[in-house]
Amino acid sequence: MKRLNSLISCTALLLVYLVVKLLESRGILLPYHVQILSLCCINIILVVSLNLINGFTGQFSIGHAGFFAIGAYASAYLTVHLQLPFVLAIICGGILAGLAGLAVGLPALRLRGDYLAIATLGFGEIIRVIILNTDAVGGARGFSGIPKYTTFGLAYLTAIITVVVIRNFVTSDFGRACLAVREDEIAAESLGVNSTYFKVLAFAIGAFFAGAAGALFSHYLQYMAPTPSQIGFVKSIDILIMVVLGGLGSITGSIFAAVFLTIIPELLRGFAEYRMIIYPILLIVVMIYRPAGLLSGQEFSLSNLAKHFKGAKAHGNHS
Amino acid sequence: MPWHIAALQQLINGLALGSVYALIALGYTMVYGIIKLINFAHGDIYMLGAYFGFYAITMLKLSLVPAMLVSMAAAALVGVLLERIAYRPLRSSSRIAVLITAIGASLLFQSTAQLVFGASFKPFPQALPFRRIQLGPVFITNRQLLIFGVAVLLMVLLHLIVNYTKVGKAMRAVAIDKEAALLMGVNIDRIISATFALGSALAAAAGILVGMYYNRIDPYMGMMPGLKAFVAAVLGGIGIVPGAVVGGLLMGVAENLVVTIGSSTLRDAVAFAVLIVVLLFRPNGLLGKKGIEKV
Amino acid sequence: MATTAELMVSNLSVQFGGLKAVDQVCFSLKPKTLGGLIGPNGAGKTTVFNALTGMCPVTSGQIRFKDKQLTNEPPHVIARYGVARTFQNIRLFRNLSVLDNLRIAYHQNRKYSLLCGIFHSPRYKREEAQITAKAEEMLDLVGLADKGEHLAGSLPYGEQRRVEIARALMLSPRLLLLDEPAAGMNPQETQTLLELIRRVRDELEITVLLIEHDMKLVMNLCEELFVLDYGHLIATGDPKSIQRNQRVVEAYLGGNGA
Repeated sequence: MKRLNSLISCTALLLVYLVVKLLESRGILLPYHVQILSLCCINIILVVSLNLINGFTGQFSIGHAGFFAIGAYASAYLTVHLQLPFVLAIICGGILAGLAGLAVGLPALRLRGDYLAIATLGFGEIIRVIILNTDAVGGARGFSGIPKYTTFGLAYLTAIITVVVIRNFVTSDFGRACLAVREDEIAAESLGVNSTYFKVLAFAIGAFFAGAAGALFSHYLQYMAPTPSQIGFVKSIDILIMVVLGGLGSITGSIFAAVFLTIIPELLRGFAEYRMIIYPILLIVVMIYRPAGLLSGQEFSLSNLAKHFKGAKAHGNHS
Repeated sequence: MPWHIAALQQLINGLALGSVYALIALGYTMVYGIIKLINFAHGDIYMLGAYFGFYAITMLKLSLVPAMLVSMAAAALVGVLLERIAYRPLRSSSRIAVLITAIGASLLFQSTAQLVFGASFKPFPQALPFRRIQLGPVFITNRQLLIFGVAVLLMVLLHLIVNYTKVGKAMRAVAIDKEAALLMGVNIDRIISATFALGSALAAAAGILVGMYYNRIDPYMGMMPGLKAFVAAVLGGIGIVPGAVVGGLLMGVAENLVVTIGSSTLRDAVAFAVLIVVLLFRPNGLLGKKGIEKV
Repeated sequence: MATTAELMVSNLSVQFGGLKAVDQVCFSLKPKTLGGLIGPNGAGKTTVFNALTGMCPVTSGQIRFKDKQLTNEPPHVIARYGVARTFQNIRLFRNLSVLDNLRIAYHQNRKYSLLCGIFHSPRYKREEAQITAKAEEMLDLVGLADKGEHLAGSLPYGEQRRVEIARALMLSPRLLLLDEPAAGMNPQETQTLLELIRRVRDELEITVLLIEHDMKLVMNLCEELFVLDYGHLIATGDPKSIQRNQRVVEAYLGGNGA
């Protein structure tokens, strides 16, 4: 059953890719559309990786753009100035961001809840100011002339890898330890879970993928500007909104939210001003009526759906 | 200019800026003291206060003091409504849910302001002709004097309210023990509203002062000062009213000294570096006492 | 006797500010004993448990378990040494399934690596199957075999207490600390609990120390009792001698005024 499921998933994923390629070659999907699909994949990576920190481990971080920025700038520096192959640059960007995650994780973990949130936000801004003052990556002028290496296929593949790795992680003993830390740190410690270790681990893994997403992004846009909306707290909050709307602790929720909230603004380009009014209202309403997000801690899958229907049927028979 | 005179000049500039931070930080600290919420939208209320002042002066043709009073009243109303509509339904939810709501409220204020007032900056009407007052080797502007004067006046007023009025005493009671205050017949909802009103009014005053000081206002002007004022509140010891003043002044001075020494782009990093250092080494702030964590 | 003791607590003191919650307490527990820690409310019983499990700082004194020093070790290290506990106010992971609650507790025995976990390697699959089997076995032991898929928070109070015991047992502990396991249970549930604790001790051959206010349970179950009053250990002995102990009677009558 399990093997069959993964076979179906693989086929479906491959099919999506082939359909996109086919539509592109037929000219039905314009390059602009494919660009947006790549952006969807990049956002999926960002949102799922932040969900590991915020949703699964319960460590409220609003500095994800800092890790993203490290990956974006470091990889761009590597491909532009050192002519490193792109895949290697992605990995290096991820590793550097992951190391930054370790560096933030270690001290930040002494903080809880909203204090941690503010500290991570502060960290993100510090990264931005450092980039702003580093001439090697363009400083305040921004980093231009980055080669366009990011293709839809590469973004798509990286997104799949991210989702699979994080899903596997959270369903392993390591992920369960993270869940335990989120649910009740004292109880988790009493069961032998070293809560500090798992917080740092979640930060490092989340940061690694955010860095990889950054690398894909800088080689997608070909230009990085050290502005709050591109690598600062506005970006962090954008990612956070997607995580929250998709549901803390739901990977499928994150994927839906990332795709939906990437495509919708493109469709509503004329209403850009209203978008920034609707988003926050949506956020507040969701918090009031469904504080854990739309798909909180639940995963959407065919077998869950089948179970749900069977359950409903059985229930119907009973009554 | 020799460096020590430059530093002295920056100290004066820093104290002026710091007074503004202190006014904003007071709102953060009072709200946090009472409902343990980082009111992310507080910086945006400061921004709204500046706009209210702007329109009171340009459209209602008010002079500075009445305009400031109108703006403070309007901002107080916004603060109270914000708490009523967005925060009150979440009072029993997780703190993270409330924090996310606060971020949402902040974004909402910014984008609404952008839509209503326009995205570009507006020059703030100068109710006071600019004047420099020479003090030996350094100078102080009349605007800086205005900032000091208004800030000190408002802080004294706040001190009197918190310590000598019934509402103020009730606020302190709620901050120390909500349940006990409730049992003593304190109307918690009203006290929370009063706290938001007071904090927002102070922020609005700060908004107008900054509008005059820098001569411009824009819908995003609340973000950075808001965050920095929060850091100031943490630095002084969040929930402690005098702490906010001390933290605000220190922060303003530190920032201006960094500008003297290094580049002005480093300015924004100072606040956050201070924050992280404080949180790590003195999480209860300079004036805070160490609490016992309960298992 | 000292040489055969498994748990040795000597001169344990815990101080919060000016308040001495536990003052110079000494006691020891032999392997496979069913011990009871009793005393009026506020006597410092839970504080002793917290000190034993590293959840509050020990001001002075020592705690030894077998050949290990537990004094002021972090909680997760103490858990690794084979000391498991439950909590007075039940600390289950309420939003997770009962089975996941138990699986989490297997954490320290897990052998597969992070990479195995990330790639769901055959080794991961084999071990996860073992973990689930062990969790089901423990659930069966506490009589909740059919509740594995339920959310822990949705179970009735008495069952939650039993899940918490099963979860503690997933650690394969040598010493099990139970903080008021019968609180909120009716007499019938208490009787089942008594049998369960006895079975756990007999079948798994572990040492048990429990805090309990239900004197009937304590007197029927425990083999050795330690009585605390205002942070002092005022009596030690078997249930019969404790019942006749004048100081204990006074502590209970005077302390509670009941």
